[in-house]
Amino acid sequence: MKLLLDLFLIFARVGGFTFGGGYAMLPMLQKEVVERRKWATHDELMDYYAIGQCTPGIIAVNVATFVGTKLCGFWGALFATLGVITPSIIIIMIIAAFVSGFQDIETVTHAFNGIRAAVVALILSSVIKLSKKSLVDKVTAVIFLSVAALSFFTDLSPVLFIIVVAFISLAINMIKARKMKGGEKK
Amino acid sequence: MIFLELFFRFFFVGLFSVGGGLATLPFLTDMSEVTGWFTQTDISNMIAISESTPGPIGINMATYVGFQTGEGIGGFAGGLLGALVAPLGLTAPALIVVLAISRVLLRFRSSKYVEWVFYGLRAASLGLIASACLGVAKIAFFSSEAFAQGADFFAAVDYKSIILSVLIFFGITKFKKIHPIVFILIAAAVGIVFRF
Repeated sequence: MKLLLDLFLIFARVGGFTFGGGYAMLPMLQKEVVERRKWATHDELMDYYAIGQCTPGIIAVNVATFVGTKLCGFWGALFATLGVITPSIIIIMIIAAFVSGFQDIETVTHAFNGIRAAVVALILSSVIKLSKKSLVDKVTAVIFLSVAALSFFTDLSPVLFIIVVAFISLAINMIKARKMKGGEKK
Repeated sequence: MIFLELFFRFFFVGLFSVGGGLATLPFLTDMSEVTGWFTQTDISNMIAISESTPGPIGINMATYVGFQTGEGIGGFAGGLLGALVAPLGLTAPALIVVLAISRVLLRFRSSKYVEWVFYGLRAASLGLIASACLGVAKIAFFSSEAFAQGADFFAAVDYKSIILSVLIFFGITKFKKIHPIVFILIAAAVGIVFRF
């Protein structure tokens, strides 16, 4: 019960301070889920992101569901997911009900232009941190650079990248494994 | 029962939009045409608000649409109910699908085939995140509006934002213990004070 409440509160904190969608959540998740509470490893978090990109729904919710399931099964998934969406629902409700023209308020615009600059720095530092773990050799480095460039410069869906890379990755490893076996026989 | 319809319409959006909050956009445009619950203007307001409030963009949009729709039918209370029903509908399919997948994944975590697939996937996933970072950087550091209106490239660059970003980056690298929230709050304050 304590853990379920923790899951809800931590994910509510992450949801309440994520600006700019699921990817911007990564630095917060690394801090809260991996480094502070050790609910998952950096590698696992990356796996969740990879799957979260090609399963239906919002990435933030998908990642919350994964972490929740790992810790407490169904109830964990439910509490983590409700946690991540609750702040949004409350904040948007308030804005929709009481504030008209919220997006045109000058102070809000200034604050958000500042926040955006911080988000760039935060995501960049997450990417650097993770690159040491995820980019283990030349092959993974090439995959990383090509996906980053293609995704930035074209409108191709992330789903496509994930599916194509899954097959490439499986094939490369199978060939590697076969070669090693062949080498042993000689 | 319009709230039930609201739930299920968002349920389907959640089921078929893959790859992040903005992927729900075409579905919402379609929904506004079919139901007339909200207009195109509502949608563009909604995007602006979703991007300037915390939280997953898809959830923000669903809550906003839910409120607008519910308010049109049942006044303020209807709005609140709509604002609950729509995001829950959007979330439900993901919860169900990912729950199933994560059970399977946890069981086969140690399989070498799973490991072989994720060897490349982690790099690809990181590539997508890097590209998202570039996307935010483009918006934060460069005014495409000014550029389109004929300003030259260097005039359209937002140097204040670049400086802030670099300073925060060094802050993050130097003080590893500080929570990301702190940097976000500092950046918001700097943005307000220096009129970014």
